[in-house]
Amino acid sequence: MELSGAEIVIQCLKEEGVEYVFGYPGGAVLHIYDALFKQNDIQHILVRHEQGATHAADGYARSCGKPGVALVTSGPGATNAVTGIATAYMDSIPMVVLTGQVPSPFIGSDAFQEVDTVGITRPCVKHNFLIKNVRDIASTFRKAFYLATSGRPGPVVIDIPKDITDPNIKIPFSYPKKIKMRSYNPVAKGHLGQIKRAIDLMLQAERPVIYTGGGVVLDNADKQLVELVRTLGFPITSTLMGLGAYPGTDKQFLGMLGMHGTYEANMAMHETDTLIAIGARFDDRVTGQVAQFCPNATIIHIDIDPSSISKNVRVDVPIVGPVSSVLDDMLLVLKENKQSLKSEALAKWWKQIEVWRSKQCLKYQQGSDIIKPQFAVETLYRVTGGDAFVASDVGQHQMFAAQFYRFNKPRRWINSGGLGTMGFGLPAGMGIQMAYPDASVAVVTGEASIQMCIQELATCKQYHLPLKIMLLNNGYMGMVRQWQEFFYEGRYSHSYVDSLPDFVKLAESYGHVGMKIEQPNDLEAAMQEAFAMRDRLVFMDVVVDPTENVYPMIEAGKGHHEMYMSPGSELV
Amino acid sequence: MRHIISILMENESGALSRVAGLFSARGYNIESLTVAPTEDPTLSRMTLVTRGDEAIVEQITKQLNKLIEVVKLLDLSDGPHIEREIMLIKLKAENGKREEAMRLVEIFRGKVVDVTDSTFVVELTGKSAKLDAFIKAAHEESVVEVVRSGPLGIARGAKGLRL
Repeated sequence: MELSGAEIVIQCLKEEGVEYVFGYPGGAVLHIYDALFKQNDIQHILVRHEQGATHAADGYARSCGKPGVALVTSGPGATNAVTGIATAYMDSIPMVVLTGQVPSPFIGSDAFQEVDTVGITRPCVKHNFLIKNVRDIASTFRKAFYLATSGRPGPVVIDIPKDITDPNIKIPFSYPKKIKMRSYNPVAKGHLGQIKRAIDLMLQAERPVIYTGGGVVLDNADKQLVELVRTLGFPITSTLMGLGAYPGTDKQFLGMLGMHGTYEANMAMHETDTLIAIGARFDDRVTGQVAQFCPNATIIHIDIDPSSISKNVRVDVPIVGPVSSVLDDMLLVLKENKQSLKSEALAKWWKQIEVWRSKQCLKYQQGSDIIKPQFAVETLYRVTGGDAFVASDVGQHQMFAAQFYRFNKPRRWINSGGLGTMGFGLPAGMGIQMAYPDASVAVVTGEASIQMCIQELATCKQYHLPLKIMLLNNGYMGMVRQWQEFFYEGRYSHSYVDSLPDFVKLAESYGHVGMKIEQPNDLEAAMQEAFAMRDRLVFMDVVVDPTENVYPMIEAGKGHHEMYMSPGSELV
Repeated sequence: MRHIISILMENESGALSRVAGLFSARGYNIESLTVAPTEDPTLSRMTLVTRGDEAIVEQITKQLNKLIEVVKLLDLSDGPHIEREIMLIKLKAENGKREEAMRLVEIFRGKVVDVTDSTFVVELTGKSAKLDAFIKAAHEESVVEVVRSGPLGIARGAKGLRL
């Protein structure tokens, strides 16, 4: 079979089982777009901005686990995609981004729409390639998909000069069956000796805490996690990225930890004697002040990436390996171990945790006149039966969603945790809806975030994506406003979002349904009406209390035991 | 503490910039860096000198290992090793000072590799500290130009850093 470079690109995507390509055409990728036009196996989703393409591919990957694919042109196409690439990189999301490049002979000449894409993306990709010969396309694609999806996943960029896809140059095509890279061998199993050591420590623990992160979700290790946690009977907390891997409504679950984590989770972290970190990376939003982090704990850390271990916090028992396989081994070792748990101490520990829990740190007062954002999220939870995919933007609404939508399944909570990218939610929601056309997909957003990728409402119309957008409209960049209230004596420098559009009319002008909801009593019925419109995108502009803050809160640089609990309260 | 790290990596364009980029992005120090292809032309060998406490150097080696093009890596400072640097130094050697300059070169077991009426170019090999000492002994005012390779390193013993 003789194919042109452009046809090979398409063929490689088919070989990798790619269903959707999120993209935007331009000069350098015209040959590829022509090859796309001539086939029906891969569906191209035309976004309205390249940032949307990468976020949509990312949302697709996060929700279904398969690598997301984006296709953009050279120069501004590539630079617009960078935010989405960096977002995926920070959260270890498998993605392959194809960028057009000026023809090889023009590289370095400051040609029209030329940027050094490989150079610009280098620090925010797992790896990137510049294809220099049409004969290298197939092997490069094979490597790119392998790299993106194996080990610690991440985005891979393939930069393709226009002459490489020349339709007039045809070569024989065959896709490599196997790929071996001598310089890349991700660990397949954890060290058994370390696993045994960890189990010994866990069985001796008197005040254990299991702390899980996005790695559990990425490696589909939720079943093993649930079995381990239930077998041990230990309390478990999760990072923002790990929510849903362990059922959020389960009694052993303490809620999220960290800057806006629950009182019980953070206090348990502070008092624990044995911390079991699973697929989590000790991010600063989780640890707070490192010097005060889990001061009394022996720390066990399971991670696929050796460089995550002892990066921010020194650990005692590192276990490098895929979470699922390490947990499988742990369960086996646990069955063979004759030691029993310290049940008396554990009972005491749970009693202490229940005391912390009884503080009801997430309590809020919903009055009759203005909607509290927490109430809006709880209503969303009720109306969707707790079973929707929830994509979020970044800010207060993101934290409220994480605290109040209790995710019972993995891959249901889709948000930009590491990079904190405003504008992520709507395009990510599109990717989720493409992966699950019949599922309820909610986008929880704010009036500042949504305007960063609002143009994708047109994409939703074109591809009939019936997202349910819940805009928590408080007129402020709420999280910025909250920090200004706490730490800048209420000087709200440029955090008020003036001149907002009429979101109902805006949604309607894009061909969608718009709703404005202002009364607490109207909220549930309106939301039910919105979700009943199975085939329409509904944009709910929910006017919420502009003064509401996210609690509990640990100030940056403080310890887990130093939380602000409610308006005006002292540190506890 | 000073560490000398030997890296075997794919001889591909862009590999060097990944290493350099890693150091600048993560705020690590590079004191020197040398790189050249090995006897196997698909591989390059890099010697990198850096400074940092134990935790930082551990991160540096882990982050380097994480780069897809890095095949193997060894922190030579972990064991006995040999370290050599080469220097070419141009010295003023005018009438009346030539003898003294020659003596200095002999003491340091260097070689004069170029001569003019007023200068010598001296080639000198050794540990970096030895090269420093030579520069100091030659006196600032007589040094016209210095070029140094940065250290190369190899571990002592029978084992080799190879595929």
